[in-house]
Amino acid sequence: MAIDTLGTASGGGLWRRAVQGRVLPVATLLLGIFVLWYVAAIGLNAPQTRDRLNRSGEPWTVGDLVAGTWSMERPVLPTPSQIGAELWKTVVATPIASKRSLVYHAYVTASAAILGFLLGSVLGILLAVGVVHLRSLERSLMPWVIASQTVPILAIAPMIIVVLGSLGFVGLMPKSIISMYLCFFPVTIGMVKGLRSPDPLQLDLMLTYSASRAQVFWKLRWPASIPFLFASLKVAVAISLVGAIVGELPTGATAGLGARLLSGSYFGQTVQIWSALVMAALLGAGMVYGVGVVERLVLRRMGMGR
Amino acid sequence: MAGKPILKVVPGQARAAEMPAVEIRGVALAFATADAPVMALSNIDLRIDKGEFLSIIGPSGCGKTTLLRLIADLEQQTEGDIAVNGVTPREARLARAYGYVFQAPALYPWRNALANVTLPLEIMGVARRDRLQRAAKYLEMVGLTGFERKYPWQLSGGMQQRVSIARALAFEPQLLLMDEPFGALDEITRDSLNEHLIRLWEQTGKTVVFVTHSISEAVFLSTRIVVMSPRPGHIVEVIDNDLAGKRSLDIRDTPEFLAVAHRVREALRSAHTYGD
Repeated sequence: MAIDTLGTASGGGLWRRAVQGRVLPVATLLLGIFVLWYVAAIGLNAPQTRDRLNRSGEPWTVGDLVAGTWSMERPVLPTPSQIGAELWKTVVATPIASKRSLVYHAYVTASAAILGFLLGSVLGILLAVGVVHLRSLERSLMPWVIASQTVPILAIAPMIIVVLGSLGFVGLMPKSIISMYLCFFPVTIGMVKGLRSPDPLQLDLMLTYSASRAQVFWKLRWPASIPFLFASLKVAVAISLVGAIVGELPTGATAGLGARLLSGSYFGQTVQIWSALVMAALLGAGMVYGVGVVERLVLRRMGMGR
Repeated sequence: MAGKPILKVVPGQARAAEMPAVEIRGVALAFATADAPVMALSNIDLRIDKGEFLSIIGPSGCGKTTLLRLIADLEQQTEGDIAVNGVTPREARLARAYGYVFQAPALYPWRNALANVTLPLEIMGVARRDRLQRAAKYLEMVGLTGFERKYPWQLSGGMQQRVSIARALAFEPQLLLMDEPFGALDEITRDSLNEHLIRLWEQTGKTVVFVTHSISEAVFLSTRIVVMSPRPGHIVEVIDNDLAGKRSLDIRDTPEFLAVAHRVREALRSAHTYGD
């Protein structure tokens, strides 16, 4: 390939690293997405822009049309640069404590999501421990665990909020509960598998030592399940954010990414919606990455990180 | 440990003789299947004295591993009696009377070599200092000093199996049950581990019950060889093997060694011809 020869010709350094590493493929993909995005923005925003240009009565060129589709106030599809500008305005140019700051809204949602994630993980682990140790629990509990996830969260979220609200729980807690409701499921499923992952010989070994059930749990089942735990935690932390955002929709909350999405759609502020979406995506990616970092540290400490 | 003896001493038998390490009488094991029960073992009688190195040899499916698991109380017979140190296998297991070495090392991957060896000691509540001392001692005995901090994935197959032997020795049981421990290893590693094992047995005077499907391994290691045959699993012949005091790998070319190996092979063959 031409790039390869170029890379070797320049004799290593930055360029070579870029070619051989991940920088170039990632950059190429990103560029491709941006190009497609701008093209799509022209297509989707063209009808409105054309109407506007026609109404003005003056002759217009294709160049005018393209420029118009990329700079509408309420476009069907805003361009990356518009979203970037909005993000800059609401993240960097606004004080963090202000209610106009996207960082503030992200913080509100993230705190609900993380609390829900922690609660859901603990609940998920406890359920899995119960299911693995008591056969009757497996029969009686697992169908409910699975049924709970077949109900759309959008349908059940308002009811959770109404019920908790009547009990005096408002603000952070109801959102966290919805988050927890989504989170515990992957943790339970992963941990049941993880706690059952020791092979028969490893279990027989414990039998030959006449180890107690608690010893079998702490010295074998629990450490064996850790890789499974982290795999489920990554899924759980991502959907915890979905739970928190969904929890903000029915309350008409004034703060949080969900509130931004809602008010954006009331007033047709598509740029605001998109910038909230980008923020949510970045937040979710950051949370998954955070779990990944903890996973690497823990597995290395356990001697299982290679 | 105190437990009631389950075998009555039969008058006329040598009362003065020491209690056997393992005594098996009329043991049979039938697995229930959909159509008819399958006999895995039938009519097993065997007495294993203290300090013996007894090998059980036979083709796959002859029930040799199952017999070992019965002694260890990892499975239960459907007929007959087994006594380990004069008590039932279950009582012996609860008293931690034996160490068991499996076909695979079955090390815990999140524990390094040292921590794998201290595992049984932790479960038995041995103090930390003692644990470390004993683990170091038995790792040295299997030639793994310097590898204490290595995790299983950093060790070769032979080293892993040596860790598992050190682990079985660590709580100093008088009876060692070994189920084809070297079956998955190459012949060179197997030879060196066999030499290790025989030195260990000479040093410690433990009773070893060793399941294998290698004739030369059985003849090299053991004082007695039990030949088994399948369908149903039963004992064909018990061969005494007195190569006392001169067990080094060189004896495998001596006429005495070859004669015993020949007898074992003949016993295996005779059992096999009427089997199918």
